[in-house]
Amino acid sequence: MGDVLLDVRELTVHHGQLCAIDNVSFELNRGEVLTMIGANGAGKSTLLRTIAGLHHPTSGSIDFEGVDVTKWQPHKRVARGISLVPEGRRLFSTMTLEENLLVGAGQSKTGPFTVQRVYELFDWMPSRRKQRVWQLSGGEQQAVAIGRALVANPKVLLLDELSLGLAPIIVERIYALVPEIVAQGVSILIVEQDVAQGVTVADRVHCLLEGKTSLTGVPADLTSEQIDHAYFGADLTKISVPTEVSE
Amino acid sequence: MIWVNVIIQGILVGGFYALFACGLSLMFGVLKVINLAHGDMAVVAAYVAVLLSPHLHIAMVWSFLIVVPIFGLLGYVLQRTLIQRSIDRDPFTTLLVTFGLSVIIENLLLELYTANGRTVNIGSIIAQSWHPGSIVYISYVSLVVLAAAVLVLAVLQLFLSKSRTGRLIRAVADDREAAQLSGANYKHIFGIAAAIAFATVALAGIAYGMMTQFAPTSGGVNLLFAFEAVVVGGIGSLWGTLVGGIALGVAQQFGAHVNPQYQVLAGNLLFLLVLAVRPQGLFGKKTALA
Amino acid sequence: MSKSPTPRALPSTGVAIRRSTHSPIYTLVGSVIIVVLLTAAPWIAPAQVASTLMNFFILVIMATMWNLLAGYAGMVSIGQQAFVGLGAYATLYFALKGVNPFLTIPLAALASGIIAIPVTYLLFRLRGGYFSIATWVIADTAMLVIGTIAVLGGGTGRLMPGLQNLSPSQTAHYSYLATWFVALIVIIGTYLLLRSRLGLVLASIRDNEVAARSAGANVRAARRTVYIIAAAGCGAAGAVLAISQPFIQPTNEFSMQWAAEMLFVSMIGGLGTIEGPIIGSIIFFVLQQSLQQQGVWYLIIFGTFAVAVALWQPKGLWGAFRSRFHSELLPVGHWVKNADGKRATGTLPE
Repeated sequence: MGDVLLDVRELTVHHGQLCAIDNVSFELNRGEVLTMIGANGAGKSTLLRTIAGLHHPTSGSIDFEGVDVTKWQPHKRVARGISLVPEGRRLFSTMTLEENLLVGAGQSKTGPFTVQRVYELFDWMPSRRKQRVWQLSGGEQQAVAIGRALVANPKVLLLDELSLGLAPIIVERIYALVPEIVAQGVSILIVEQDVAQGVTVADRVHCLLEGKTSLTGVPADLTSEQIDHAYFGADLTKISVPTEVSE
Repeated sequence: MIWVNVIIQGILVGGFYALFACGLSLMFGVLKVINLAHGDMAVVAAYVAVLLSPHLHIAMVWSFLIVVPIFGLLGYVLQRTLIQRSIDRDPFTTLLVTFGLSVIIENLLLELYTANGRTVNIGSIIAQSWHPGSIVYISYVSLVVLAAAVLVLAVLQLFLSKSRTGRLIRAVADDREAAQLSGANYKHIFGIAAAIAFATVALAGIAYGMMTQFAPTSGGVNLLFAFEAVVVGGIGSLWGTLVGGIALGVAQQFGAHVNPQYQVLAGNLLFLLVLAVRPQGLFGKKTALA
Repeated sequence: MSKSPTPRALPSTGVAIRRSTHSPIYTLVGSVIIVVLLTAAPWIAPAQVASTLMNFFILVIMATMWNLLAGYAGMVSIGQQAFVGLGAYATLYFALKGVNPFLTIPLAALASGIIAIPVTYLLFRLRGGYFSIATWVIADTAMLVIGTIAVLGGGTGRLMPGLQNLSPSQTAHYSYLATWFVALIVIIGTYLLLRSRLGLVLASIRDNEVAARSAGANVRAARRTVYIIAAAGCGAAGAVLAISQPFIQPTNEFSMQWAAEMLFVSMIGGLGTIEGPIIGSIIFFVLQQSLQQQGVWYLIIFGTFAVAVALWQPKGLWGAFRSRFHSELLPVGHWVKNADGKRATGTLPE
């Protein structure tokens, strides 16, 4: 702990004329789990995509292990050790489960995560590995997407909206894997709309509101009122209802 | 017996169409680009084969061994420079640029080499036919070309499904961004796909020159047929392209049998029929449909 | 009785929306002068000039229609020559029936437009490059079908009847005026179309199709309408082409050359502007006249120029001029002007 892996400084990202991320800074330390929470449109996915290299920031910098990767192409970042599990899974629908994993493994550095290791992590996979991925359930697809990112042996794993479209119990099961992955030496940056789930696994929390940082801290130190306020941008108990009565 | 010959001729020419078209299909599937200069590349390859062979002191029939790899390299380079640049703008630009290139190439060839037809000299041995019956003629060249087409398609299919690069190509074709996130350098993959496309079409061009006369405008004519073969067979399927090519060939031979004027027209009508009744083609996925 | 809230007056934003950046008087006066000069051309200029101008007008008509399709409706067609040919042959057909060739022009345009309707139902199943090649197949098919009709001259072609009654100079003058007026009508018509509601729908589709659809624009109907109009326009071009070059042949009327010229001219002049095709055509003719002796080199050079423009200056010459000097001759977009009368900075309406 204390060894900074990912250093994002004063990052500003635009979508055309819309400012999606406004002057956001944070660090991800080795071995920790940092969760970014925020409502829809708060800019969280854009942030991850920018860190992965699919999007170019307007200003600011991204340092990885001390190296400035801000202008690097995505595949170079993967080679260096940053892997993104994109929002919506984005599996290769024309391929089988195994082929999806092999694509990720093709460029991999050596490390603990081989295709075999992924099969051990998800014990239902070996028997289904020749199946086309569109035949799998949502939760299974999410697992494959994670596996595909893991076989690249990343140092930093970016998880974008894992819970989207999945039943709560499936989401729980997937999040239960997080400590196991961290134990293998991977640091994780999570983006989540589901606050409860996101906060549960996190070492630290960072809340975004309309592209700006609204709250940071350790979950144990934060109250749910603070989180609500940071998430929604208003104190919900204080909204007044007009009391004019028609006659 | 006549109909048997019609069908056989259709199959023979269908193989050629499939060889011509597989590069078009690959470039569209992977790069999402329609290369309107695709046909002209074949003709250029034929000219290069014919003009280069004497200088290299090789028989023209073996020229493909040199020309095909050169065109593969040319495809890679063109993709990484010109084509990538137009892709970065928008699909619109690639259409306009490739069409422009097509017109430039055809007219340049016309200026330099005139409209006179040329052939790739294959010597007397292969230029014979086989007569299994009194009506059926199978020219050896066409048979060789058909065999080559099937071989190329089989190798290509195997490459795409089993090799690591082939898998990357399929991944990029499926979801370019997700492939990037998995570590693929998509521009390099694009280059490889373009190289394969150019190499196969160069082979097709030389094959064409062996079967018949070629001229500067031959590229355009064959591009039309290649495109029709792809649509009839189904966009996104390599073997579909073979079936489409054969269907097109048979339709054309049918039409020619009724009246030589109707040959190309029959093929066009088949295309329009498929478009009207089953737009995704015989084996196609609905990728190019609106 | 309930108290309804009094509507508050919206604060004045001090912003106005205008059509052009300068007074349209300049355009009007300039246009009138040019129109008068061009109409008088056969009488005040040598015959060679009038003849060249006729070819120029035909190109302008075709390029304007192609630009409407590609620059505004986003459909890249390399098969408009289908309608050029159909228009030419419609004219021939009606002339054979005894109709005065000059009167067949609107009929030819109408015929082309009508034929285009079922074509759209086939074509619109495809997108992008496949759509483009399909337009080519349609053109090729049209050419082949017409080539089988013996009475229209078959593959070898035939002379257009009905023009022999007039003296050569009369024919030349009437042909010129017909071509010039068709060009004028097409340009003015396109200008009015783009300023109309349909023009607004097209601009919105071009900028963001999904947003346009969700705002209620009927994208398919708009595209269909534009395709039919472009077909009719090209049909009219074919009709005047047939009158100006009365030996009608499939390979000439349906030539791929028209497609190349329409496309190059629009790209160089500037896609998505009305002035673009006109300017591109001027450049084209200057180049063609000066390189006349060198075979097809003018086409090669022009093509190279067009490709270069597409890659490095996609707005074309007029587009670049417009961006730089912020002025238009035939404004079809909108500007936002601040309260002080200055144009609000922001992205240029395309």
